[in-house]
Amino acid sequence: MARTLTRRALLTRGALLAGAAACGLGTLRSLVYAQGRAPIRIGFIADITGTVAQSGRDMLDGFQLYLAEKGSAMAGRPVDLVVEDAAGVPANALTKARKLVEQDRVHILTAPLLASEGYAIRDYIAERNMPTLFAVCSADDLTQRKRAPVIIRTGWSSSQPSHPFGEWVAKTLRYKRVATIGSDYAFGYEVVGGFQRTFEQSGGQVVQKIWAPLGTPDYSPYVTQIRRDVDAVFSIPVGADAIRFTKAYRQYGLKGRIPLIGGGVLMDESLLRGMDPADAEGTITALMWSAALPTPQAQRFVAAYRAKYQKDPSYYAETNYSGAQWIHAAVEHIDGKVEDREGLLRALRAVQLPNAPRGPMRLDQYQNVVHNIYIRKVEVRGGHAQNTVIYTFHNVSQFWTFSPAAFLAQPVYSRDYPPCRYCA
Amino acid sequence: MTPGGWPLGRWRSRTAAAAVLAALAGLPLVAPTYYLHLLTLTFCYGIMAMSLDLLVGYTGLSSLGHAAYFGVAGYTAGVLATRYAIGFWPALTLALAAAVIVAALFGLLAIRATGPYFLIITLALGQIIWGLAYRWVSMTGGDNGLRGIPRPLLGPGLHLAEIRPFYYFALIVTALAAGAMSLLTLSPFGLTLRGVRESESRMRALGYNVWLHKYLAFVIAGAFSGLGGALYAYYNGFVSPADVSLVASANALLMVVLGGSGTLWGSMVGAALLVFLQNLISGITQRWLTILGAILVLSVLYAPQGIVGAARALAARAAPRPESRRAPVPTAEPHP
Repeated sequence: MARTLTRRALLTRGALLAGAAACGLGTLRSLVYAQGRAPIRIGFIADITGTVAQSGRDMLDGFQLYLAEKGSAMAGRPVDLVVEDAAGVPANALTKARKLVEQDRVHILTAPLLASEGYAIRDYIAERNMPTLFAVCSADDLTQRKRAPVIIRTGWSSSQPSHPFGEWVAKTLRYKRVATIGSDYAFGYEVVGGFQRTFEQSGGQVVQKIWAPLGTPDYSPYVTQIRRDVDAVFSIPVGADAIRFTKAYRQYGLKGRIPLIGGGVLMDESLLRGMDPADAEGTITALMWSAALPTPQAQRFVAAYRAKYQKDPSYYAETNYSGAQWIHAAVEHIDGKVEDREGLLRALRAVQLPNAPRGPMRLDQYQNVVHNIYIRKVEVRGGHAQNTVIYTFHNVSQFWTFSPAAFLAQPVYSRDYPPCRYCA
Repeated sequence: MTPGGWPLGRWRSRTAAAAVLAALAGLPLVAPTYYLHLLTLTFCYGIMAMSLDLLVGYTGLSSLGHAAYFGVAGYTAGVLATRYAIGFWPALTLALAAAVIVAALFGLLAIRATGPYFLIITLALGQIIWGLAYRWVSMTGGDNGLRGIPRPLLGPGLHLAEIRPFYYFALIVTALAAGAMSLLTLSPFGLTLRGVRESESRMRALGYNVWLHKYLAFVIAGAFSGLGGALYAYYNGFVSPADVSLVASANALLMVVLGGSGTLWGSMVGAALLVFLQNLISGITQRWLTILGAILVLSVLYAPQGIVGAARALAARAAPRPESRRAPVPTAEPHP
């Protein structure tokens, strides 16, 4: 009996100590930096645990690579990167945002990965006037119908690559009839919607639209549903679903018979690593990045990333690397005076990066990035799959060739918009 | 509970409760606002966990779908506040009504089952609400969530936009809800529930309508869970399907078990533990889930009655009840 009690007492005391240490560590961190040059505090809401952990990890790696290259300093001030984990849950993202803004008093925030997390923090950051970098969160409306002056989107909007791709597929690949299969949530709707719009405008027809829930364990029922009389299948499964989908696509014999095209995330380097090269080979997708981009600035970044992390940089890594570069440019422009929030916001809106790894970057009037979109084809070289760039669209904005007013007058892409006019 | 032990126990718990309330009321004067945010979150989840304890600890029904009523009230309040611009008090009433209606409907389906079957059926019912939240995009916003819920306007000049006034409001609501649930457990109805937990057949033999008692407990628990959900929606300004997911229901059950099922206050302690652990530890290390898991394993091994349960057991062992007032029990030994 006595032995159990002392063990219990030891454990409770240990737990109390750990709890006290945890609370104390937070305050200790700020004390340490009280001496010396006041640091620039960047709040990084990461998703390094949970369903999107792999991609979230890439985001943090990309950002930290840039900071390491610059000696963790901008405009002569040290940079304090405060990382908080939202674990892919919107409520957590909001709580962490509150903590970073009110407790850690960061000067600038970076948004987490998922669209739902982005929407969760949108009202809070707008109310607090906290400049926030959206490097990956691509929900269309955040720089369209639900935009806010503090949202600096250097990443992309979900439909941005799909618009030029739809046109290119109709005119260059000359496909007439396409079936689409996407993850059944807002991101999937926006990627497919953008493609369908420009593809049908250029004379194509989307004859079937299939939606699979996020996290579908087995794609057999979906792959077997795909109509066989189509010229190609446009797909956008997300995360680990992409690996399962491409495997099922090949196993059911569709791979050789019906060409596979899709949203860039389907063949993103973070997933390509985990795919069987035979499943991925020949797939054509569109995105603002490829690790096989032959430009010198891209290859310099790829080499540095490979040296540090032993893997190819995905778009999650590149967007955060160039995002950090963006922040650096803004901070340099205002001589490090990040406490002047309006000045910082003006500088962030005005940055132009001609030599980011992905190419030239600038913001449009709605604070979404204007950049190149690359059509990539998966090629296997020596057992290693890569996204070879086969065509480049320059200066692509979120509105493509539409006028912003006309674009915004339409509803946001959803499950039923654009409607499937040619579906049987 | 001997007649001699009752008044002392009640005074002790009353002074303890008063002390805790006073400490919580004085906190905004000293603590940074982040901790007020965490405590407000704790109150919202705590009300849900305490209502779940009514089912788990007092009626013996473990539910894995309790976040459904949290979410129904949260979404109802959110939709009414954003889409129809309905004021706080009417929206709150309608949200609670929605939670009660859903609990009443689900209770009819669930109460016929017991034990593991009850667990599964409540899981399924919870998933129905999750599916609605995820799919009814025109109403709930789907997986993007429902945003833009304004902070309540209690009356002329009483806007709870800042965290400090909202914290006090949440504290008052939580104290009232906790007090009401506590009174319920001490009432004859509550004692009947405890009897049902111990042995349904015996209670039936004694003439109690066991089904009705379980059903009422289910609906009342759902109502209080809805109160937590509505409070959460107004605090957070944002509700998403993650708040009605299986994980959310499992978290509620975790809070009850960690804190101590059958102790009511334990669930609030469990909620505080989970909220603070998740938010403070995740800032220190990526391995916070491992730490949480370790704490759960340790508590199952060394404190299976939960934190409050273990504390009460320790206190009972340290200060035994006075036996002097009891009449001497005759021994079985015959007089020589």
